Amino acid sequence: MKRRDFIGKAVATTVVPALIGGFSFKGFAADTLLHRVLASAPPMNDNVLVIVRLTGGNDGLNTVIPLDHYSNYYNARTNIAIPQNRVLTLNGFANTGLNPAMSGMQTMFNEGNLGIIQSVGYASPNFSHFRATDIWMSGSDSSEVLTSGWAGRYLDYDYVNFPVGYPNAWMPDPLAIQIGSVTSLALQGASMNMGMSISDPTDFYNFLNGVEDPVPATNAGKELSYIRSVVKQTQQYADVIKTAAERVTVQAAYPDNNSLAAQLKIVARLVKGGLKTRVYMVEAKGFDTHSLQTDAADTTVGRHADLLKGVSDALKAFQDDCTLLGIEEKVVGMTFSEFGRRIKSNSSGGTDHGAAAPVFVFGKNVNAMVLGNSPNLPTTATVNDNIDMQYDFRSVYASLLQNWLCVRDTDLASVMLGNYALLPIIESLSCNITRYTFIGNGNWSDATNWRNNLKPPVVLTGNAEIVIDPIDGGQCVLNITQTVGQGARLTVETNKKFITPGTLDIQH
Amino acid sequence: MDRRAFLTNSSAKKKPAPVHSSFRTLSGIAPYTGSWTTNEVIHLLKRTMFGAKKADVDFFSAMTMSASVDYLLNVSPAQTSPPPPIKSFDSAVDTAVATGQTWVNTAPVDSNANKPRRESLKNWWVGLMVNQERNILEKLTLLWHNHFVVEMTDVGNAIYCYQYNDMLRKNALGNFKDFVKAVTINTAMLKYLNNYLNINSAPDENYARELQELFTIGKGADNANAPYSEEDVKQAAKVLTGWAINSSAMAYQFNVNKHDTGNKQFSAFYNNTLITGRTGTDGMLELDDLLTMIFSKDDVSLTICRKLYRWFVYYDIDATTEQNVIAPLAQIFRNSNYEIKPVLSALFKSEHFFDAANQGCVIKNPLDMLVGHCRESNVVFPDVADYTSNYYMWAFINSTVTKMQMELGDPPNVAGWPAYYQQPQFHELWINSDSLPKRNEFSDLMTSTGYSKNGKKLLMDVLAFTSAMPSPQNPNALVSDAITYLLRMPLTQQSRDKIKTDILLGGQANDNYWTTAWNMYVAVPTDTANTNIVTTKLKSLYQYIMRLPEYQLS
Repeated sequence: MKRRDFIGKAVATTVVPALIGGFSFKGFAADTLLHRVLASAPPMNDNVLVIVRLTGGNDGLNTVIPLDHYSNYYNARTNIAIPQNRVLTLNGFANTGLNPAMSGMQTMFNEGNLGIIQSVGYASPNFSHFRATDIWMSGSDSSEVLTSGWAGRYLDYDYVNFPVGYPNAWMPDPLAIQIGSVTSLALQGASMNMGMSISDPTDFYNFLNGVEDPVPATNAGKELSYIRSVVKQTQQYADVIKTAAERVTVQAAYPDNNSLAAQLKIVARLVKGGLKTRVYMVEAKGFDTHSLQTDAADTTVGRHADLLKGVSDALKAFQDDCTLLGIEEKVVGMTFSEFGRRIKSNSSGGTDHGAAAPVFVFGKNVNAMVLGNSPNLPTTATVNDNIDMQYDFRSVYASLLQNWLCVRDTDLASVMLGNYALLPIIESLSCNITRYTFIGNGNWSDATNWRNNLKPPVVLTGNAEIVIDPIDGGQCVLNITQTVGQGARLTVETNKKFITPGTLDIQH
Repeated sequence: MDRRAFLTNSSAKKKPAPVHSSFRTLSGIAPYTGSWTTNEVIHLLKRTMFGAKKADVDFFSAMTMSASVDYLLNVSPAQTSPPPPIKSFDSAVDTAVATGQTWVNTAPVDSNANKPRRESLKNWWVGLMVNQERNILEKLTLLWHNHFVVEMTDVGNAIYCYQYNDMLRKNALGNFKDFVKAVTINTAMLKYLNNYLNINSAPDENYARELQELFTIGKGADNANAPYSEEDVKQAAKVLTGWAINSSAMAYQFNVNKHDTGNKQFSAFYNNTLITGRTGTDGMLELDDLLTMIFSKDDVSLTICRKLYRWFVYYDIDATTEQNVIAPLAQIFRNSNYEIKPVLSALFKSEHFFDAANQGCVIKNPLDMLVGHCRESNVVFPDVADYTSNYYMWAFINSTVTKMQMELGDPPNVAGWPAYYQQPQFHELWINSDSLPKRNEFSDLMTSTGYSKNGKKLLMDVLAFTSAMPSPQNPNALVSDAITYLLRMPLTQQSRDKIKTDILLGGQANDNYWTTAWNMYVAVPTDTANTNIVTTKLKSLYQYIMRLPEYQLS
């Protein structure tokens, strides 16, 4: 259950249309209890997360090669093993190397724009594409079925009540965009999908405003409502997307015939064009390499090498473009695949469904390091041997949420539906927020009511947040004029009393 | 902490109306005894065929409901063996086959012949849908394609792909257990899920896993944790060692010396069944042992009945539906030794199927939308003899549905199209901000300029469609009847009046304006001016109706 309600939702019903320009909030009777009030609530920053899905189960062992266990690696998969002298090396991390097809990502790593997290997975791995994908998308345990996605729950958290009251002055854009025509479970919120699908940001087909009859109370009515909501969403956002895309006319070069590159090119264009969209999803397909994943004569080329080269070239081009466009500070991405593959190759020159595998994070603000050890490989691998996980995949999500999208540590568990260790994926300064928390009972002006006696300045601006969290049974009484300016916000914890005989001036 | 609370409480608290509340019904599979009017006929036809053509509605309206279902389920052997796909245009590629001749029995001599052949196969398949007979075969074949998935691009060899399609339609209404066996040793499937590489010295689990997870026992939305074990997957893989492809004969073969002759011990889920290893060609019989073991589990019948339900009725299977519909259908399935027809017959004749709560609630998949449009709207295809043009037109439909995320012959993965398994959205996944505009674009095109290729044109014949309506000269009746045939919701009188006035009457108040225009056209159909007047208005009318969100529902 959501721990907090931003100020603002209730007022939206009385002072519509609120939230444009400076908004002064006062006039409630002194004893008015505000459980849900007006919100200043833009998220604490406008960082963007790009999720790259490698569909089919990428063979992690031939992607990130354990040079420190090379002989065990080689013995487990002689028919597809990458020759030791062909593995691409990483500065400062002699134990680990990359597939020779990944020169772009090697450069990214050595230039500080790529991080590698070893052996990411979860307990009791599932070997079904179908089920494993749902687990990764929803952030569930192996044995648990969740019908919302992890990124969707984050968007639910930072954009309370969506789509009611959206688009608005501080969030005029879609919350999430999936490049392509399918929306995925990862972007599914508690009750609706938060993602918008587009394949061409400059070409939207116009809907007509047809007759709109009442919705019957049947399943047909339910589906009709759904389709109408898509019509409305598309109408609402088509123009802002088109406008954003048209603002950008020059981009760096991307490789041709590379679907992932084409998708990432759109992402860079929309971010540069000014969309405040927080999450993008893109996809590269074809990683289910049960057979013939390398050429028999030369294991550094073939189907899997082509796939990795496609990803590597696309990410490198995207990183270069972000730099060219000056958006490299606000974009971070991660890759994932529903599972890795077996340690031992099969006699078809391929690998069967496996377990843990490396995850890549990329962008200027990631820590360019290899996190964790090379996977332990048995001396004589058998068909049942799988790579043990070192890091739970939800630790990666949680770390990105807290340290990149700036979800408060106290709220993280409610988005992730559990507690997961945080990993040093992101350079530390991305979510530096000053927070003032009212923890006492009584007047705002009394410094002793504030944590560490730290009272907010009467005009609060910048990366700062006021949290109203009086003791149980107590209340916070705003007895002064308080301004919440650009970039700052005020949050009232659920079931806490906030009374405003004074003036609350919220500006955007 | 309560990990579920987030999901349940937040949606209940925040949303004006719970989006996923459902309107279910207690009705079960007792025979439907209600009225059999145009509404019920259209409901049955839209679900079992691609769209409900006026002529088909008339045909079945003259029969009883029960006789209509019997008719739809009665497919003759000749209908399951249509003339095969051909090389449809002159090309330097695939010189082994003359233009206009089928390629399905001729090995290609050039290596890049498979791609155009697969395209030919997919286009031919769409053609079969467009020209379907009055039965369920094409809808059902597509369902089985979504169930026993292969991705033809992965399979590569077009002849295997044709053999796969042929196997689907020949088994579509047959015995499901036989069907699973045919699928298992089908060339395309052997290739797609790698069983052709599954040998005693290096078992490949790919097919053994999907056989249980997707094709029979089931796992996923309804059953997150498979009841069978990982060991069962490995043992089944051993049973299936040796089944391979004879590429010169283009048929399956069983390699005796590649078969694992050891015993295969299964888990408690399968009652600790031991499949005794067999040697020589007797090793083939282990497949029958395996299927006998798998089909001893009720999971198979339940899983398949859910799949049929999600395709033909609605995606939401609540506890009541599970008890009143799925369980008794599964019982029928088992009692009939897994014959498919009795299950479908019981479902389509049931009060549950005709329950008002279950009408109009299926979101059309792209093929249903496009092929249904062509059939319902009297879209005229080129003359049959002009196969080149016809294949081009079918290719246009294929490329359009592909852009809407339904590539015939190439579902996204072995689980099929997500609309039939992905919780919680299911069918709603077909409609998003990318695909819905494309659907409107298609119906706009068909009702305006049409699609031109090779000097031929695909276009809705608005005059033929309108002439077939009972009272085309009466604008009230025409709007109302068009809505009856094209939508599954009647619209309010107010909306119908608005459509009539704005479009057919050009904003005027008097119905006679339309009646006069129509009668003048009928009196002298060769008069260009009069014909243009009604054609323009009719194109606007149908374009408008097809742009309504209601048009996406079946």
